[in-house]
Amino acid sequence: MACDAATTVAAIRAVAATVAEHKVELTHLDRDIGDGDHGENLSRGFTAVITKLDAGAPETPTAVLKLVATTLISTVGGASGPLFGTAFLRAATSVGDAEALDGAAVAGALTAARDGVVARGKAESGDKTMVDALTPAVIAAKAAAEGGGSVTEVLSAAADAAAEGTAATFPLQARKGRASYLGERSIGHIDPGAQSTAYLLRALAGAASD
Amino acid sequence: MSVGLVLVSHSRELAQGLADVARQMAPSVTIVPAGGTDDGGIGTSFDLIAAAIGEADQGDGAILLYDLGSGYLTASTAMEFLEPDQADRVVIVDAPLVQGAVSAAISSQVGGDLRAVVSGALEARRANGPGGVRSLDDLDRLTPPR
Repeated sequence: MACDAATTVAAIRAVAATVAEHKVELTHLDRDIGDGDHGENLSRGFTAVITKLDAGAPETPTAVLKLVATTLISTVGGASGPLFGTAFLRAATSVGDAEALDGAAVAGALTAARDGVVARGKAESGDKTMVDALTPAVIAAKAAAEGGGSVTEVLSAAADAAAEGTAATFPLQARKGRASYLGERSIGHIDPGAQSTAYLLRALAGAASD
Repeated sequence: MSVGLVLVSHSRELAQGLADVARQMAPSVTIVPAGGTDDGGIGTSFDLIAAAIGEADQGDGAILLYDLGSGYLTASTAMEFLEPDQADRVVIVDAPLVQGAVSAAISSQVGGDLRAVVSGALEARRANGPGGVRSLDDLDRLTPPR
């Protein structure tokens, strides 16, 4: 099944639903080791995305991703706006003017997204950030794509790896972001940015297999 | 025309107050506060910062200073959307916000170019204040541990 503009829109709608579903949980995670607004911020951002998509569906996958990027950048705030926004922006550039995406294109988009997040926020693996979900996701996506995986298979592999990477943030001490101010007190908590990234990828994988 | 300043903060009041303080020493410099979210809450706003850059750079360039890390992230995202020729003369400086703003504003007021204004901001990374403890040894000397 090829991933065209309509499928991409459906996938983003699934993400928005997931973000709404987990809003309270993400806020609680952020309250533990952050400034307590992650769930609210992402929810506000994706609500704005849905409003725009309802007003008119973009014509290519890249246009959908760009709409998400600019909306998140303008509405999410915090660190997540620039970081998730940059991720979607790089993904949009990566897929170019393709009318439909295959597994390889999706793996490329995820890689570009992760590279953008790293370039912006300069986090490394193990810093206890969304990169700890994204990098494992990229590795798994690339492997699935190299094996000829479909969009669904690539996204499922990415989502599984992101979930594992998120769980692995539990014992880490934060070296970036507000949590880094807490030092050792950040140990023993799941990173909210990694968790939301994992939920996002799970939603995309679920939508792709519909 | 002079090099402008954009003050990125999570608080609208903090940015505005700092702009007021810096303007006392630099009345002809364009100092643009860009603090808080679009609706005046705590946080940073891409749109506010982007607009502030437009106002601060009147052709001679501008520097941006920020309070916390996510302020840098939002500012650097805003920088990506600048036209190349403007991007060449606008720069985010990693310096303490308050002292950096005052120091940079003065550099601009006395006619400094972009490089001189950046240098002014960077001074704040090194300069000590007139007093107060600067190390835990200083603290121990003041109040010896029992």
